[in-house]
Amino acid sequence: MPQLSQADLKRVSEIIAAHSSLDGPAVPILHALQEEFGYVPEETLSLLASALNLSRAEIHGTVTFYHDFRSKPAGKHVLKLCRAEACQAMNGPQIAEALLTQLGITWGETTPDGALTVEGVFCLGLCACAPSGLYDGEPIGRLNAELLEAVVQEVRGA
Amino acid sequence: MPLIQELDYGTPIPVIGKTVSLTIDGVAVTVPAGTSVMAAAMTMGTAIPKLCATDSLEAFGSCRLCLVEIEGRRGTPASCTTPVEEGMVVHTQTERLADLRRGVMELYISDHPLDCLTCSANGDCELQDMAGAVGLREVRYGYAGENHLDAPQDTSNPYFTFEDSKCIVCSRCVRACEEVQGTFALTIQGRGFDSRVSPSGTDFFGSECVSCGACVQSCPTAALNENSIIALGQPEHSVITTCAYCGVGCSFKAEMKGSTVVRMVPYKHGKANEGHSCVKGRFAWGYATHRDRITKPMIREKITDPWREVSWNEALNHAAREFERIQAKYGRDSIGGITSSRCTNEETFLVQKLVRAAFGNNNVDTCARVCHSPTGYGLKTTLGTSAGTQDFASVDEADVIVVIGANPTDGHPVFASRMKRRLREGARLIIIDPRRIDLVRSPHIQADYHLPLQPGTNVAMINAIAHVIVTEGLIDEDYVRERCDLGDFESWARFIAEERHSPEAVEAMTGVPAADVRGAARLYATGGNAAIYYGLGVTEHSQGSTMVMGMANLAMATGNIGKAGAGVNPLRGQNNVQGSCDMGSFPHEFSGYRHVSDDATRNMFETLWGVPLQSEPGLRIPNMLDEAVAGTFKGLYIQGEDIAQSDPDTQHVTAGLKAMECVVIQDIFLNETAKYAHVFLPGSSFLEKDGTFTNAERRINRVRKVMSPLGGLADWEVTVALSNALGFPMSYSHPSEIMDEIARLTPSFAGVSYEKLDQLGSIQWPCNEAAPQGTPMMHVDRFVRGKGKFMITEFVPTEERTGPRFPLILTTGRILSQYNVGAQTRRTENSRWHEEDVLEIHPFDAESRGILDGDLVSLESRSGDIALRALISERMQPGVVYTTFHHAKTGANVITTDYSDWATNCPEYKVTAVQVRRTNRPSDWQARFFAEDQELKRISANAAE
Repeated sequence: MPQLSQADLKRVSEIIAAHSSLDGPAVPILHALQEEFGYVPEETLSLLASALNLSRAEIHGTVTFYHDFRSKPAGKHVLKLCRAEACQAMNGPQIAEALLTQLGITWGETTPDGALTVEGVFCLGLCACAPSGLYDGEPIGRLNAELLEAVVQEVRGA
Repeated sequence: MPLIQELDYGTPIPVIGKTVSLTIDGVAVTVPAGTSVMAAAMTMGTAIPKLCATDSLEAFGSCRLCLVEIEGRRGTPASCTTPVEEGMVVHTQTERLADLRRGVMELYISDHPLDCLTCSANGDCELQDMAGAVGLREVRYGYAGENHLDAPQDTSNPYFTFEDSKCIVCSRCVRACEEVQGTFALTIQGRGFDSRVSPSGTDFFGSECVSCGACVQSCPTAALNENSIIALGQPEHSVITTCAYCGVGCSFKAEMKGSTVVRMVPYKHGKANEGHSCVKGRFAWGYATHRDRITKPMIREKITDPWREVSWNEALNHAAREFERIQAKYGRDSIGGITSSRCTNEETFLVQKLVRAAFGNNNVDTCARVCHSPTGYGLKTTLGTSAGTQDFASVDEADVIVVIGANPTDGHPVFASRMKRRLREGARLIIIDPRRIDLVRSPHIQADYHLPLQPGTNVAMINAIAHVIVTEGLIDEDYVRERCDLGDFESWARFIAEERHSPEAVEAMTGVPAADVRGAARLYATGGNAAIYYGLGVTEHSQGSTMVMGMANLAMATGNIGKAGAGVNPLRGQNNVQGSCDMGSFPHEFSGYRHVSDDATRNMFETLWGVPLQSEPGLRIPNMLDEAVAGTFKGLYIQGEDIAQSDPDTQHVTAGLKAMECVVIQDIFLNETAKYAHVFLPGSSFLEKDGTFTNAERRINRVRKVMSPLGGLADWEVTVALSNALGFPMSYSHPSEIMDEIARLTPSFAGVSYEKLDQLGSIQWPCNEAAPQGTPMMHVDRFVRGKGKFMITEFVPTEERTGPRFPLILTTGRILSQYNVGAQTRRTENSRWHEEDVLEIHPFDAESRGILDGDLVSLESRSGDIALRALISERMQPGVVYTTFHHAKTGANVITTDYSDWATNCPEYKVTAVQVRRTNRPSDWQARFFAEDQELKRISANAAE
């Protein structure tokens, strides 16, 4: 687990301060931290608890409730594949399992070269073009083995 | 009596408001508006199945077992979250509901170990009960699916175990930690199937948990269970009794197997605690049967001799003959006694009776001398009674709470939880304390003002607050005109209005910005009901009594006495320190605070006791020790007090004890003072006797015997036997007879009897013809003394000054897990939280001395020096250091001085000029302590037959 530098910690304080006046600031701050670091570093949680005058447990409960918050850095690229009903009906699981087998990882893991993290999500609202996914935040519809192979090629080539 | 199971209504029932009538299962029922359907059903004896609901917590609506049908409504609403409505028709048992409930239970049980017969909660499990209630006969899902049966146990807390596999994730523990205790140490981690109870991702011991037991109390299964239950099994009978730790006086059910305590469970109907507890009362009772208990009487000629075990008769006769010999040789006044605030009212009453009647002098004093004697003096002078004005429940109606020189979350944790609940509801908070205590800022609590004053400037601070109130026209003039002595008020107002008392004028002394003082003063005067809660940070000063009067002045000036939500409230330290004062433990007062020079009172006692009594006050503890050093005071009978550790300037205390010819100690352990004693009489713990304790809200609670005294005699029986040996016969067959004598002799206790205590549960004095049910709030229409008396409170700085040699100020206090001299808590697992006393020091002071966190440092005052570890802490302000006195080997009171309150001799524990520097060895005193500790506690191998 990478340690935060003094500069990082200063940045954490700035992020917390920038959002503290919001009504219900914890989740926006967690988003901002993930945006900044790519994950929510463990050591920021007690800073956040202290700043918002909440307990560490409350922050822990919040951060673990949302699957989107990562506790460790993701790979260089992130592929999210929908696992909800509509995509399941459109052959999503088979396509996803094939990809994971090819990469030698399971849900939520990162390839050993650190290039790609594959995460499951539950409904992107793209059911009309199921099975669907998000590649580095960009929606992809009508996923099939070829499209995913292209993603892998791009990742490996990058 | 058999095991007591309090009814659980599932949700709280509103106390007030209009009522609503409805029909449940064809029966008409009327309940307060706002009551849940579930609780309404329980009032008529109908238990609706439930798992996530319990009436100490707000309704949550997650378990889906308490579904009901309500005519005219669709679906099956949860009865816990559905409030009653006029004319509602509810059905709690229908075929449809039975199916739904069975279905829910099937889901629960499909992910629950089926090991009921070997489970620690067997016989006390709501999940088991509910499976029975809904008629669960099969689980169609099977048990093979994904589950949590292999979840690991958390055994990190010494008192309870978290067995995750038994958890049904009802959130009761999480909510108890939040709503009841106010610590917020637990959460539900993850979501959906992955939801688990978690103390923030770590183990319980390493988390924010304060081990109050509220989570264990609320858990419906074996997921959170006491280790003592795991080890011993379920109890078979309960006895209602009162905790023997702090002045909150929590009621507990001692749950027993024969004469073995299985667990102490906070009692829901206890009015001081209403079902809540802290780590001490709930768990730290194992000392009572600790192997260090001394259960045989012992005597020795010289303190350097080993102790010799003897019979009760021999010990008592030896003590009596010695006291007689000393009085014959050195005079009647050469001996005295010290009563115990840890013992019962009845026992305390007997010790002072023994001193006054059998010794024939008034040389009796008690540990209140060193804690709240200024409270007695200050409140009696201004208001007319030596006690706090409110009950604890009053805080629920406070709009502004002022905490002065008290640290309730550590010292009075159960009351602190109640206070925090009110603060979360929106009450404003002012803290006047040199340290940044937890209440200044902790999850969901934020003080509006923290005035971190220099230790020793309390009176300057209270005068500055009063100055703002007087000069800014914030006086409640109608109240003052009607309730107080106007002449005294006017001279006080003129005095306090002088510019020299303004926040600006005293800023340099107190160190607190004037604007903050002005803001706090305005908030106190104008924020609605304002309540002052204070502790030893007020009293243990050279001007302790002045400060108490200053607070009373402030409360009277703003009309904040005589109504709910207000008042001046001492948070009294020990379980029965209020009671020991009430019982006539002071050398100048009979029970009920009547001066020994009052002929009518004295005649009454003389008539009943049949001996002449002295009309002159006797010696206070410090005077006894001074006279002992001077050679005129030679014998002392001490019941349950350890002055060699608790009293200031240890070396002076031990010099006094060493100069005496007969020191008789009655205690459950061979304590520090016993090193200097000649007779040791085994005491009995609170579990071993009947009696009463009186808490900080003047509440008299019953203490009930659950096991026989380990030494054979209860403390009151020992005093009776000693008195008989001295030729002053005492004869009581039960402590209730002692209470009857107290009631006969004490107007404020006239209506108190064991019969009435059993009937009412507890009684707040005064209890007499005018108030047969007792008095929750004092001074309601008029002050006890008639007109409230404003007192002039001139600030006189202490003579204890910092200088080049001793540049820092030491202040002393308490922590949560240890209690007072630690004789009890050090003999429990509580020491895991606090193994040694440490010196808290600000980073600035540490750095300038080259001190790192954890370094051994020497702490030196003009009284002496000790060594202890440093804890660098920003809770301190620069220039002020802090420690506790829970461990005898630390010797914190070697440092404190002989300065004391001008009126009552209460020691100035809170201000000692000191120097701190790094060291690599114990101090000379500590080295001597370690050597003598062995030497003076030897017990001869040849035990008596």
